[in-house]
Amino acid sequence: MTTGATTTYRSAAADGRESFWHLVRAEWTKFRTVRGWLIAMIVAIAAITAFVFLASDVGSSCSASGGGPGGGSACPGPPDGPGGEPVNDAFYFVHQPLTGNGTITVQVTSLTGQQSVGPNQMAPGLAPWSKAGIIIKANTSQGSAYAAMMVTGSNGVRMQWDYVNDTPGLTGSVSASADGTHWTLVGTAALPGLTSTVQAGLFAAGTGSENPTVATGVFRHIGLSWPATRWTGTNVGGVNGPNDPNGVALPGTLRQSAGTITVTGYGDISPQLSPLGAWSIQRALDGTAIGLIPLIVVGAMFITAEYRRGLIRVSLAASPRRGRLLAAKAVVIGAVSFVTGLIAAALAVTIGTHTLASSNQPLWPVPALTLARMVVGTAALLAVAAVLALAIGTIQRRSATAVATAIVVIFVPYLLAIVPDLQPGPAGLTGGGLALGGRELLLRITPAAGFSVQQAVPRFSQLTGIFYTPNWGYYPLAPWAGFAVECAWAAAALALAFYLLRRRDA
Amino acid sequence: MPSAACGIDPAKVSFTGWLILPGRGFTPAHGYASLTAGADLRAAAGTVVYLTLIALLGLGAAAAGRDSAAAIGLVLGLLYLFPIAAAVISDATISRHLQQIGPLSAGLDVQATIGVNSLPLTPWQGLGVVALWTAGALLLGAFALKFRDA
Repeated sequence: MTTGATTTYRSAAADGRESFWHLVRAEWTKFRTVRGWLIAMIVAIAAITAFVFLASDVGSSCSASGGGPGGGSACPGPPDGPGGEPVNDAFYFVHQPLTGNGTITVQVTSLTGQQSVGPNQMAPGLAPWSKAGIIIKANTSQGSAYAAMMVTGSNGVRMQWDYVNDTPGLTGSVSASADGTHWTLVGTAALPGLTSTVQAGLFAAGTGSENPTVATGVFRHIGLSWPATRWTGTNVGGVNGPNDPNGVALPGTLRQSAGTITVTGYGDISPQLSPLGAWSIQRALDGTAIGLIPLIVVGAMFITAEYRRGLIRVSLAASPRRGRLLAAKAVVIGAVSFVTGLIAAALAVTIGTHTLASSNQPLWPVPALTLARMVVGTAALLAVAAVLALAIGTIQRRSATAVATAIVVIFVPYLLAIVPDLQPGPAGLTGGGLALGGRELLLRITPAAGFSVQQAVPRFSQLTGIFYTPNWGYYPLAPWAGFAVECAWAAAALALAFYLLRRRDA
Repeated sequence: MPSAACGIDPAKVSFTGWLILPGRGFTPAHGYASLTAGADLRAAAGTVVYLTLIALLGLGAAAAGRDSAAAIGLVLGLLYLFPIAAAVISDATISRHLQQIGPLSAGLDVQATIGVNSLPLTPWQGLGVVALWTAGALLLGAFALKFRDA
């Protein structure tokens, strides 16, 4: 039924042939009608999901950590910080209560230390992150919120708060602050959940818990904005002997004489990661590389199969603008791989959350936003890899060479960087095979840099004894920077593919 | 052919290594035996056998799958699956077993010349594992060729 006299017949098809989205729909039809390609997508999802069960078999480390005061069977986990993260919180705290607002100033006249050189043997020596300074803390229990300003062994003046935050102050020139009249604002910290009365005062702590270190700070010109009361010395975390990582090995001391306070303390205030790296939900995504292989194969075959059967000539006859054909293929294979990756990563993370939580390892909590970046990033890195494989397929036009090239370019660098020992022989904990510098270079310049989006736990400069290497999940590039490197490869390959597709006979 | 991915002439590699390696610290003083000693001959010859077996594994997979791209993906996935799984698993026993049954990790044991005793398999056992995989793939390919329409 028409209502106007000017209505004329228009074929929907005539217009539609020119539309890019019809081209996309045609390519989608090609994709979904090949049974093997659909199976490959399911294989990719299955491979990524199946790896969760391998990766989450982390076992228990309780037997190795020795008997604490609680006995052998119970696993004494580390205390949790304000953000739920496992922390070290054991040090000597010289404090008095502070109600309401307050200011504390102090001059640190010296920081000295001792380091363990053998069983029950200490020798003079200052660890780089041994520290002493002023601290305001919610209370004296482990894991409570705090903000501290400190002098460190060889990392200058630092401001640290709530275990994970670290800001450099006056690096190098500590004495510059000694005149007491010129002050530089190092940083501000908002501590959640403070009550009206907190504990404020002086502290000293060593570094880490494996090799006991002790720090001694000497303080003068202590200025308090509130009526001073008596100083109380507390070993935060208690004195638990050398085998319990959650306390200090020996009690700290407090000496007061004529305007000088000397504080000596063991322990550390810092995030607590496994010495081998972070135990986090990142492990659940370890199967991504295996799921990548079927996606690469399908990505390359999405165009090489057309060359093999001569279908490419029909496709190009139907769509004479060749660039649009390539673009439509890239959109389809990218979208299909993205959805496949999204399903796989979401499944893996969901299953991994449950299986890893039931292990006894302390898990590093991952914020929801970071988790979303890991899941969406995994889908995106798989999608871009499939588009790169499509571009390589367009350039090479042969399935066998294209698949082999794409795997060598995308997958093999990841394998060499992540798997610690492909070569037989002893491998260190930081990985054998290629040197660390070479493995990190691979993750900076090859498409495998895209895997950076999966890193869950940031590096903490104030932590020592952690292996910040690719095989423990730490990438040399920032998450999206690494993904950008992968995208640059895909863009360059697509540009070359576009150029060759237009110039060459089909 | 999937073997294109392994298309380096092993004899050339071994000869080049014999020329280059002693100058780079691979000498008896560092725990490496002389490059003409038994372990090195075994490593060189074993590498040739290893590459041949992997090529035949690819042939079997390609005959079974009938598609070059799918066969390459399958064979490379099979080769790389076990080392990645072994690296991911924290249980040392399971990890060692995975290295024993994986064709790539087991087969490369034949290249070891130092620390042979700490390997998951002895060098020739490792090559035997690859031979089993190859035999399986070739059998599968032969059956597919015989009982399927071309």
